Amino acid sequence: MTNHWRDIKNADVILINGANPAEAHPVGFQWFVKAKLDPTKGPGAGGGAKIVHADPRFTRTSALADTYLRIRTGTDVAYFGGLINYVLQNDLYHADYVKNYTNASFIVREGYDFKDGLFSGYNQSTRSYDISSWAYETEGTPLDGPAGTTQARAKRDMTLQHPRSVFQLLKKHYSRYTADMVSSITGIPILDFVSVAKLVGEMGKPDKVMTIVYAVGLTHHTTGGQLIRSGALLQLLLGNMGRPGGGMNAERGHANIQGNTDHAISWELLPGYLRIPAPGQKNLDGYVAANAAKKSDPNSWNFFGTNYRNFMVSLLKAWYGDAAKRENEFAYDFIPKPAANSSWMSIFDQALKGKMEGVILSGMTATSIGPDSNQVLQGLANLKWLVVMDPLPTTSSEFWRAPGMDAAKIQTEVFMLPTTHWIEKDGSFVNSGRWSQWKEAVLPPEGDARHDHWIMAELFDRLKQLYRQQGGKFPDPIMAMTLGYKDPKKPELDEIAKEINGKDLATGSQMTSFANLKADGTTTSGDWIYVGSYPDAGNLAKRRNGVQDVKANDPTGMGFFPNWAWSWPLNRRVLYNRASADADGKPWDPKRPGIQWNGTAWTGDVPDYPATMNPKDPAAWLPFIMNGEGVGRLFSSSMLDGPIPEHYEPYEAPIPNPLHPGVSEDPVAFLYDQAAGRPSRFGKVDKYPYVATSYRLTEHEHYVTQHVPLLVGLQPQAFVEVPEELANEKGIKNGDRVRVSSARGKLEVSALVTKRLGPITLAGNKKVYQIGIPIHWGFVGVSADQNPEKSKYWLANALTPMVGDVGARTPEFKAFLVNIEKF
Amino acid sequence: MPELTRREFLKLGAGGAAGIAVVGNPLGFDLKAAKKRQIGSRITGAKESKSLCPYCAVGCALIAYTKEVNGKTQLLQIEGDPDSPVNEGRLCPKGATAMQLATSSRRVEHPLYRAPGSTKWEVKDWDFVLNKIAQNVKASRDNTFVAQDASGNVVNRTEGVAFAGGAAFSSEEGYFATKLMRSLGVVHIEQQARV
Repeated sequence: MTNHWRDIKNADVILINGANPAEAHPVGFQWFVKAKLDPTKGPGAGGGAKIVHADPRFTRTSALADTYLRIRTGTDVAYFGGLINYVLQNDLYHADYVKNYTNASFIVREGYDFKDGLFSGYNQSTRSYDISSWAYETEGTPLDGPAGTTQARAKRDMTLQHPRSVFQLLKKHYSRYTADMVSSITGIPILDFVSVAKLVGEMGKPDKVMTIVYAVGLTHHTTGGQLIRSGALLQLLLGNMGRPGGGMNAERGHANIQGNTDHAISWELLPGYLRIPAPGQKNLDGYVAANAAKKSDPNSWNFFGTNYRNFMVSLLKAWYGDAAKRENEFAYDFIPKPAANSSWMSIFDQALKGKMEGVILSGMTATSIGPDSNQVLQGLANLKWLVVMDPLPTTSSEFWRAPGMDAAKIQTEVFMLPTTHWIEKDGSFVNSGRWSQWKEAVLPPEGDARHDHWIMAELFDRLKQLYRQQGGKFPDPIMAMTLGYKDPKKPELDEIAKEINGKDLATGSQMTSFANLKADGTTTSGDWIYVGSYPDAGNLAKRRNGVQDVKANDPTGMGFFPNWAWSWPLNRRVLYNRASADADGKPWDPKRPGIQWNGTAWTGDVPDYPATMNPKDPAAWLPFIMNGEGVGRLFSSSMLDGPIPEHYEPYEAPIPNPLHPGVSEDPVAFLYDQAAGRPSRFGKVDKYPYVATSYRLTEHEHYVTQHVPLLVGLQPQAFVEVPEELANEKGIKNGDRVRVSSARGKLEVSALVTKRLGPITLAGNKKVYQIGIPIHWGFVGVSADQNPEKSKYWLANALTPMVGDVGARTPEFKAFLVNIEKF
Repeated sequence: MPELTRREFLKLGAGGAAGIAVVGNPLGFDLKAAKKRQIGSRITGAKESKSLCPYCAVGCALIAYTKEVNGKTQLLQIEGDPDSPVNEGRLCPKGATAMQLATSSRRVEHPLYRAPGSTKWEVKDWDFVLNKIAQNVKASRDNTFVAQDASGNVVNRTEGVAFAGGAAFSSEEGYFATKLMRSLGVVHIEQQARV
């Protein structure tokens, strides 16, 4: 989230896409309802915030929304595109903000084009784009870059009239997204769409603000990245980024998915969103040149790009201590350089190819997660060894005796290591709003269970001994890695928190700001965005000054609660908050200030800007300090599938793309089976005529709650939701057993016949049914134990396709084709 | 509002409309005192610890109450922390039943091992599994380690070992896992963010 849970109460309009917060994040949803019940919020004269829920399914979120739009799954780019078009055509954008706070005025190089579904630079044989034409035209004297380099200055037209200005290109691109077109793609009736567009258009007024809230219903598509970007574009045009009550807010689905993304349990990252180096980036110079953003305007601070090397060297010093020296580029060679994408699906793709020998799964079950669980099971069976670390059995620890598997033929050596529960250890969880909250160890470890990190430390120690005794490939990083804990085999999480913050090696003091990190090896920081979380005074994530004294603990009244836990970066509660105030530093809406200039300093939230930089100074930085442009990017070369979001159909879709049937799907999405030479596992509409989507229920959390009897009691067995009209056509009654099949696998579950999933009408009057599939069940758990026969085909992800967004590689869990029959 | 004794509470209830005016509650009575007594009996003398909900990423703060009974820590109650600006004490069905996850009888009790081709688990001690896993990791690392790629670039990567996990463990454990895995040269590192 750019903002945080409590901040949603500050909004006038709440757009919810690809999410069902009333059921999946119910306690967070209280802040949506607070906004709705607050008469000072809302469009026009107020009367309460308006909630718009666009979703294939009418859920409890829809029930509390002011407008529900039944949308075909995977078509939100068209929906946001239509809203963008409406805002641009009717001049409803926030003109000052768009001109000064976005790259609308930047001129794009000649040669950029978009035609018949393809951007310029497409190469069909490699299924990729040469993005050299997705760049700005440059002019004038180059700007100074780091270490004596220069960077090109982008040409701008502040009237926004130049035909190749980002603003005009955007207008042209989205002019195709008429209400009519949006309706034929999404299935949303034209009049419903237009009334929402009018409401959204009002949110471009400086004293109004809208938030967009989403979850994996937006990300789990082959267009996942562009789905999010299209929402962000709309927010930039309306001037809603950086403001309380605004932003792009991702509801994350696991207690610490945010913290562990921050700390880079992610193939492409190092802690703090530094890129993992690629082969060919031979040294720190090469690494920084390839990855750090470059300044394109003299008033751009380009803070991240400018400090990239400081952050990387401080990380290397934290990891390799004295072995990281100036002479060896601070042990830069110790960091592995991946040959290719190595994300989730790639792991099982490599296993299917027989190239993966061993997998360690810690609190994550591959079989249930999928996609294409049957292929995942095959991948696990191809491994030499599998380690599962979990407090409870999972569908991965038990994969070798899954229904249909022949254990005697599976040569994988399997280890199940019992680990402690969250409540048996301390440490921080970071919530969706980036609040790092510390928890205490409440109970001692149960029985023989051990902490995950103690298991890892113990393993590492044994590996070290083996390398010492036997030698082996490149033991240097293993031997050099710092383990400066009281007991290297049992590090305390508080000690690690201290290491993550980092210190000044000269004074021994904890760092207090990442602006002071250095590239000369005199500072350490395990994750630069956490600098300041653990100063000499102690661990700030432990703070608990909450609503018991609202006056003292929320001094601005905006809900920041700066002394409750700690949020990154630097305890800032709303990201990009310089953009919450106008050029002179006055809040766009005085009733909802983020930060403001008081003549000598910025006050309010922790400013995303130098604390005493006078905004009227001609040399003052532009508002978005983290990128090279200094402004929000309506057009960006950072995406691999286009500089402006475009609607592409899911890989399994009921209709050809109405915008460009010749290029129906995303032309660069990654097709694992095709690339590996395996037979296609996609199905077509003739055999699989229904659109399916998957989701969670309130009573379960992925798969672990299959072990919690009270929750199993509330939602005991696997089912699918079937629209009433389709059920009538097929003779399916509520509670009947049905078989749902895709080209990849099948489910055998009960049918829940419902009005929640009505039919939709698409282009050419085509009637399409959507089927809803909760993800929670499998062959392990209380219910599976009680129903060994019935639970054989309960894995929802047996149906989902192994195909992903080209950049993020999120699988298309949320849109695929199935058939359904009673049996 | 001052706390009421039971006698005062009854008196106020009998006072009807006057009672409402005094108590300032539309129902005309206040259950705080009665509730306090009821819960008090359960958690009197218990230790109060700050915890967090283990499920989604709203980040609801919890209070856990424990007592030492015969040298064992017993979990008495988990409830929402009313001071939290995130949840203000509220919990969903999952958070409200967190205690049943914490005290589950379905836990894996000991390290388990399934040999290749075997149809059953064997109970093993930690030394056995840790030694075997360390040997496996070393063998797979040494088998699949690429020091230089075909273009002569130094890449120092382990191609045949993957690590996935972390959406449910503490940030510091996650950081530690990243540090260890990257130091082993692992490139296939993943958690729940994408899936």
